[in-house]
Amino acid sequence: MTPGQRRWLFLVGVAGLVAFLGWGIAGLPAFGSYPGPYGPAITARVVQQTNATGVVSAINFEYRGFDTVGEEFILVAAVAGMSVVLRRLRGERADAARDDPSDLDPSATDPSGGRRRVPVTSGAVRMAALALTGPTVLAGWWLATHAQTSPSGGFQGGVLLATAFFLVYLSGEFIAFRRLSPVDVVDAAEAIGAGGFAAVGVAALPLGLPYLDNYLPLGSPGSPGAVTSSGTIAVISLLVGVAVAAAFIQLIGEFLEQTLLIQRRPPARGH
Amino acid sequence: MTTGALEALQVVVLLLVGGAATLVVAVPGRVRPVLALSFYGLLLAVLFLVVQAPDVTLSELVVGAVALPLILLLTIAKVRDPAPAPGAAAPGPPDQAPPDQAPPGAGQPGAGQPGQPPGAGGDGGQG
Repeated sequence: MTPGQRRWLFLVGVAGLVAFLGWGIAGLPAFGSYPGPYGPAITARVVQQTNATGVVSAINFEYRGFDTVGEEFILVAAVAGMSVVLRRLRGERADAARDDPSDLDPSATDPSGGRRRVPVTSGAVRMAALALTGPTVLAGWWLATHAQTSPSGGFQGGVLLATAFFLVYLSGEFIAFRRLSPVDVVDAAEAIGAGGFAAVGVAALPLGLPYLDNYLPLGSPGSPGAVTSSGTIAVISLLVGVAVAAAFIQLIGEFLEQTLLIQRRPPARGH
Repeated sequence: MTTGALEALQVVVLLLVGGAATLVVAVPGRVRPVLALSFYGLLLAVLFLVVQAPDVTLSELVVGAVALPLILLLTIAKVRDPAPAPGAAAPGPPDQAPPDQAPPGAGQPGAGQPGQPPGAGGDGGQG
């Protein structure tokens, strides 16, 4: 195929795409309009039914909780698959990275003998990371435990909680991060969070209720929006927060380990 | 805020998001597009906020502006810096050159093994 023919094929394809896209966009409902029946139906009933003022969380963890369980396990499966792909392979070795002395003093020789060298973290970064760790934990915890009252949720809170651990890495060393989040503990937290979500749902069955039905007390119906007033929604949000935090610690920890510790070549035998 | 002002804000932020998305594919190098991607994630979070989806804003902030660029940066750091063979230290530190300054193609993983001096290539692939 000559370049000329290829250009014609491209132009015909683009013309078709633009035509169909324009046709589709012209037929869309107006910006911001919602023609479906579910949105108004749910917003009219959600506070009365669940006593939760965080309507999105109530929908995620109650009305469509079954979908959310599936999403939760998609995340767990994805992180497990990533751990398998990023494991240490034969022919690779784990080796502690060294701070790069030439970063501070250009005349310094490299004592690592060709190991991977890591630039020294600047004092400003360490200080900022240290100062942000506490507020990040607080914000993550608040988001994960207040899904029922305000726009937040276990997912967002969980990722923020995981971020706090990486701030520890930024303000110190990889070893400090690993000591603070041992792999066994992270794995257990992930299993407890994801399995706990499913178990909260299953616990409804012996009570004669459908899976994931909200069987916990909803608090006084006249005062929605209290932290304790939404039954299983708060519990599930917290469990999701634990699972997501563990999943992200696992995920980024694996990437950090690959970058900082694992090297491609085995130690040379002949030297 | 009046509806008109809100819609004007939405249009402005939407245009900014389009500009940032163009920036992500337009800037050269390998690290700078990731930084542009993080900025794009931040703007996308603002867009979600002005179309009144605060939940999605929080998710986009933590995932789009932080987690995804972080993973990409770590991957770039991993593939651009193959460890030189022990005992065969190159005369100059191989990873001193800023990767973004390299001409296109020169920094492809596996294309040049910058850490490997010519004489030390004998054990590559057979270990």
